[in-house]
Amino acid sequence: MVETREQRAALLGLAVLAILPWAADAIGQGFVITLASRVLINALAAVSLDLILGFGGLVSFGHAAFFGIGGYVVGILAFHAGEGEALFGLVPGTDQALIALPAAVAVASLAALAIGALSLRTSGVHFIMITLAFAQMVYFLFVSLKTYGGDDGLIMSRRDGFPGIDLRDNTVFYYLCLAALAAFLALCDRLVGSRFGMVIRGCRENERRMAALGYATYGYKLTAFAIAGAGAGLAGALLANHDKFASPDMLHWTKSGELMVMVILGGMGTLYGAVLGAFLLIGLESLLAAFTDHWMFVLGPVLILVILFADRGLWGALAGASRDG
Amino acid sequence: MNLLLEQLLNGLQFGVMLFLLAAGLTLVFGIMGLINLAHGSLYMIGAYAAAYVGVRTGSFLLAILAGLAAAAATGVAVEMIVLRRLYRRDHLHQVLATFGLILFFNEGMSILFGRQPLFANVPATLAGALTLPGGLRYPVYRLVIMATGAGVAGFLYLLIQHTRIGMLVRAGATHRDMVRALGVNVPLLYTAVFGLGALLAGLAGSMAGPLLSVQIGMGEQILILTFVVIVIGGIGSVRGAVIGALLVGLVDTMVRAFLPGLLRGIMSNASADSVGGGFSSISVYLLMAIVLLWRPRGLFPAHG
Repeated sequence: MVETREQRAALLGLAVLAILPWAADAIGQGFVITLASRVLINALAAVSLDLILGFGGLVSFGHAAFFGIGGYVVGILAFHAGEGEALFGLVPGTDQALIALPAAVAVASLAALAIGALSLRTSGVHFIMITLAFAQMVYFLFVSLKTYGGDDGLIMSRRDGFPGIDLRDNTVFYYLCLAALAAFLALCDRLVGSRFGMVIRGCRENERRMAALGYATYGYKLTAFAIAGAGAGLAGALLANHDKFASPDMLHWTKSGELMVMVILGGMGTLYGAVLGAFLLIGLESLLAAFTDHWMFVLGPVLILVILFADRGLWGALAGASRDG
Repeated sequence: MNLLLEQLLNGLQFGVMLFLLAAGLTLVFGIMGLINLAHGSLYMIGAYAAAYVGVRTGSFLLAILAGLAAAAATGVAVEMIVLRRLYRRDHLHQVLATFGLILFFNEGMSILFGRQPLFANVPATLAGALTLPGGLRYPVYRLVIMATGAGVAGFLYLLIQHTRIGMLVRAGATHRDMVRALGVNVPLLYTAVFGLGALLAGLAGSMAGPLLSVQIGMGEQILILTFVVIVIGGIGSVRGAVIGALLVGLVDTMVRAFLPGLLRGIMSNASADSVGGGFSSISVYLLMAIVLLWRPRGLFPAHG
């Protein structure tokens, strides 16, 4: 099973993550667990972006839309469960994670299907801009919904329930995030190695040639886009649960930018790299924020330096040659 | 009737602001192939410099000059230090590096000026209102902005269509490598074009000061709309930037002004205001999506 340097590094990473809560308790730094949960959630969103950005070559500048939609689905369902009044008079609310999380994934992937179907008719810089435009539409849509908090966001009274375990416990929630991330990584790992993944990667290299070989590239790219939307939706649903808050910030275009930064920091087209990128960015933010309020003043130039001089990312350095090489 | 005219003029004035930003952005993209997210930062820097000098000296002319100088100097410095290394890289790297620049400039401004917004005043000589034919009283300052925008558009037309520099710019937009091969000092041309774009962004910023509050993040608000403008107009085309800017300015202003009123006929006042407000922000993006689906390269594509 464990053959490459990449797989060894990934397994080592998983082992470290699995024992992290004990380590955090042992040194009495419980806040590490909530910070780590946020990192894992962001990593999940970054991995989903990497699937289309790194492997499909689709530079989507609107990934926050699906992240935020996932969050708002959870928030809105919980809101209706609390009010006891059905959404549009049809859909009853729920505060059960086993219903809310799949619902969030479904809505986010449907949104990705719709947005992708239109956006994928363009390419290059126009694709960047049209995905940004759709994300802005989603952002302003939710900001205008005063019932669900508008600008202020939607506060949930508590995390969703889950049969048999208590998600209100931060350590339990951490393991839920870890399980979600590991499952999604495994799925993506299988995907990119499959025939489907080969077609997607072929489109990145030379779409015209793939079309000439007889592949209906549009359908493949759209499927990848929807899967990425589903992953981001799951991440958003977890974050809304974690913070008990669905916020317009989750939909803001800077969130899309942050997710792209994570992918680049870790190394594009390496799924585990996206996880590392999330650790790196959030870690760097927390570290710099401890020293100065003006941490972005330092983070900005660091980002520029990484892009100018180390665009293969950190995972490229750790795991050796990219398998896409 | 007067209300309609007033909103039309407001839309045109907003369109002019967008044009001043879009002209630089579209030239930089058309010629250097660079997506510059930090263009909004130059606008913000122009606005801060103008507001600061304006309050200190009380002179509007000095304020505008300070705004222009600050934006152009920053633009040239950023081009020489960072951006010229990115021209041949792919769009993703350009987006992220200039995203880093935004973080740097936003935070830099908040270190220099604090997080409180600055306010600038309309200069006394331009503070009044003019009675237009039809009886509408309209602020002179906004009319001056429109005239300035028309002047800039005319100047750019002459510069690009009828001078040697303009010829190089046009050639650079369509046959980049050939211009290089003919021995033109391409790096200098690029810096000059970028400086011109920065200057126009600074002009827009320093004129916007008295109309809006000067604050961190003002650049990104207008930047995204500016991208909508150049995508609608056709990336790289100054003519497209004019049309796109006026279209976006008018649509945004008109929908914002009239949609809530129309919606009040069919729903309660409060929800009409919030839905109307939300849809006004959405309308320009919808416009862009429709234009792109209809004409994937924009209305006036520059590269054949």
